[in-house]
Amino acid sequence: MDTAQPPSLRGPAEDGRPAKGKLRPGSSLERKKRLIAWAFMLPLVAVNVLVILGPALATVYYSFTDWSGLGAAEWVGFENYRDILSDGDFYGALWHNVLWTVFFLTVPIAMGLLGAFLLSRITRFQMFFRVAYFVPYVVASVVNAALWQNILDPDRGVGSALAGIGIPWLDGVSFFGDQNLALPTVAFVDNWHWWGFVVLLFLTAMQSVDKELYEAAKMDGAGRWQQFLNVTLPGIRPTLVFVVLMTIISSLLVFDYIYIITQGGPAGATEVVATLMYKEAFVRFEAGYAAALGIGMSFMGGLIVLLFLYLRRKGWEI
Amino acid sequence: MGDLSVAERRGRAGREPSKIPYYVVLSALAFFALAPLLVLVFNSLKSNAEVGRNPLGPPTSPVFENFPTAWAQGNFATTLVNSTILTLGTVVGVCVIAGMAAYAMARLDLPGTDGVLLYLFVASALPFQLFLVPLFFLWNTLTLTNTLFGLVVIYWAIFSPFATLLLRSYLVALPRGFEDAARIDGASEWQVFTRVVLPLSWPGFLTIALVSALGAWNEFFFAVTFIQDDALKPVSTSFLAFQSQFSQDWGLTSAASILIMLPVVVLFLLLQRRFIDGLTAGGLKG
Repeated sequence: MDTAQPPSLRGPAEDGRPAKGKLRPGSSLERKKRLIAWAFMLPLVAVNVLVILGPALATVYYSFTDWSGLGAAEWVGFENYRDILSDGDFYGALWHNVLWTVFFLTVPIAMGLLGAFLLSRITRFQMFFRVAYFVPYVVASVVNAALWQNILDPDRGVGSALAGIGIPWLDGVSFFGDQNLALPTVAFVDNWHWWGFVVLLFLTAMQSVDKELYEAAKMDGAGRWQQFLNVTLPGIRPTLVFVVLMTIISSLLVFDYIYIITQGGPAGATEVVATLMYKEAFVRFEAGYAAALGIGMSFMGGLIVLLFLYLRRKGWEI
Repeated sequence: MGDLSVAERRGRAGREPSKIPYYVVLSALAFFALAPLLVLVFNSLKSNAEVGRNPLGPPTSPVFENFPTAWAQGNFATTLVNSTILTLGTVVGVCVIAGMAAYAMARLDLPGTDGVLLYLFVASALPFQLFLVPLFFLWNTLTLTNTLFGLVVIYWAIFSPFATLLLRSYLVALPRGFEDAARIDGASEWQVFTRVVLPLSWPGFLTIALVSALGAWNEFFFAVTFIQDDALKPVSTSFLAFQSQFSQDWGLTSAASILIMLPVVVLFLLLQRRFIDGLTAGGLKG
C-alpha cells in the first residue's frame, strides 16, 4: 500500500514519540485523546464524503440505472455496460486515449530525460533554465490553448511565416481543423505546458544519484550516452516508473485541453472517453450511461495501478 | 613537473567534454518554452492592423489600448474578483482542513493513520469521472451550482487530500520538543496547535497554499461545469467565451491572456523554488 506513494510524500520514520506508557489503552483519557484526534480530521472527512466518496458510491449505483439526471432512476442491471461494449463511439474514443497515451509516454518523457540530464551536468544558468521550463506549467490551460491557436493559425500563424522565408510546407495547414492533425496538435499543446514539469521531476531525482557512480563510469571509459544509460536511468528508476504510471492514468482520463480547443471535433477526430462522458451526462442527459462510462474508466485506471503493484510484488524492480 | 601538469590538463580535458553542446540544446528547449509567451506579449501590444501585417514578430509601434479594452470587454472587473474569492477561499479552507488533518496524523497518534494515508493517496488520484455526475445533480439539489461557495467546497475536497499528505510529511519531520514543553506548561492541544505548531510549520503551509492557489486560479473543468452565470465566472472560463467572441482580434485576446497569467507568473517568479518543490512533490498531472 505504501508503494503507490511517490517517494517524496513518504515522511521520515516516525520515531522519537513521547513516552506514553502511563496511559493504559482502555483508559478514558486514551479514549478522549482518540476522539480529539478524529475531531481534527472532521473537516477533511466531511468535505471528502460530501464531494468525492458519496458521489463516487452514487456513481456505482446510477451506472446500473437509466437515470437522466433528474427524477427517478430505474434499475436496468448491466444494460449500460453492455451498451458501452457495443458502442462504436466508445471504441473510437478509447482508441484516441491509447494514441494520447503513446504520445505522452514518449515525447514528454524523452524531452524530460534530455532536459534533466543536461541540466544535471551544468551549474551556470541552471536556475534560469529550470524557471524557463516551468513557466508554461503555471499558465492557465485556456491561455495556453488560445496562444497556440494563434501561433498555429492557418493564415496568420507560423506556417505562413515560414512560407515567407521560403519553407512552404506548413502554409495554410489547419492544424486543429484537419481530422488527421487535430489529435496530435492538441497533444502537442498539452505537452508544451507539461514537459517542463517532467524535466524538474527527473532533475530532482537525478540530483540524488551518487556522483561517485559517474566518476567510476568515467574511469571505465564510459561516454555521455553510456553514463546516461548505465548510471542515470537506473538511478532515477523509481521516479521514471512513477511518471510512466501517472502518464498512463492521466492519459486515460484526459479532458481539459481537448474540451477547450476542439471539444472532440472535427467530426469526432479528438473525441476521448472523458469528452464522450461529458456529452452523455450534460448534453444527452444520459446520466446513467455516463456514470457507467465513469466507472469503466476508473476501473481501468485502478486495474493499471493493481497491475503495477502485482508486478512489483512479483519481484520486478519497478 | 611541467610535463606532468600538461599531461594532467590534457587528461582532464579528455575526460571533461565541452559543455557547449549542452547549453545549445538547453537553450533550444528554453526557446520552445518561452517563445510562444513572447509572441503573446508582442501581440498584446499590437493594433489590429499591425497583427494583420505582422502576426508573430515584435511590434513596430507598440500600443497599450488593448489592455483597457480587454479589461472592459472581458468583464475583468467582475471575473478577477470572482477568481480572487475562489482562490482565497480555497487557500484558507485547504490550509485549515489539511492543517488540522495533518496535525492529527503527525502528532495526535490518530488511530488508523495508515488506512487514512492510503485513502488520501487514492482520493488525491481519483478521477473526476468517478464522482462528477452525481455531484453535479447533488449540487443542483442543494442549490450550490452557480455559487462561488459551492465551487470552493469542491476545491477544498479535491485539493485537501494532497495538501494533507504534503503537510503531514513536513510536520513529521519537525522536532517535538517545543510542543512537549508547552504541554508540560499546561497548554491544551488546541493551544499547542495554534501557538507552537503553526508558527514552526509555516513553510509547509506556504507550500500547500501556493499549490492550491495555483490550482484554484487556473482550474477550468469544475468551473465550467458548475458556474454558468456570467456574473460569477472566474477568469479561466470567462476567457473561453471572450476568446470565441473575439477570436480574430489577437491583440485583444493576447492582452486578456496576459491579465489572467500575470498574477500567477509574478508570484511564481518571486517564490519559484517553493512552487517547484511543492508541485513536484506530488507529481500530479495538471
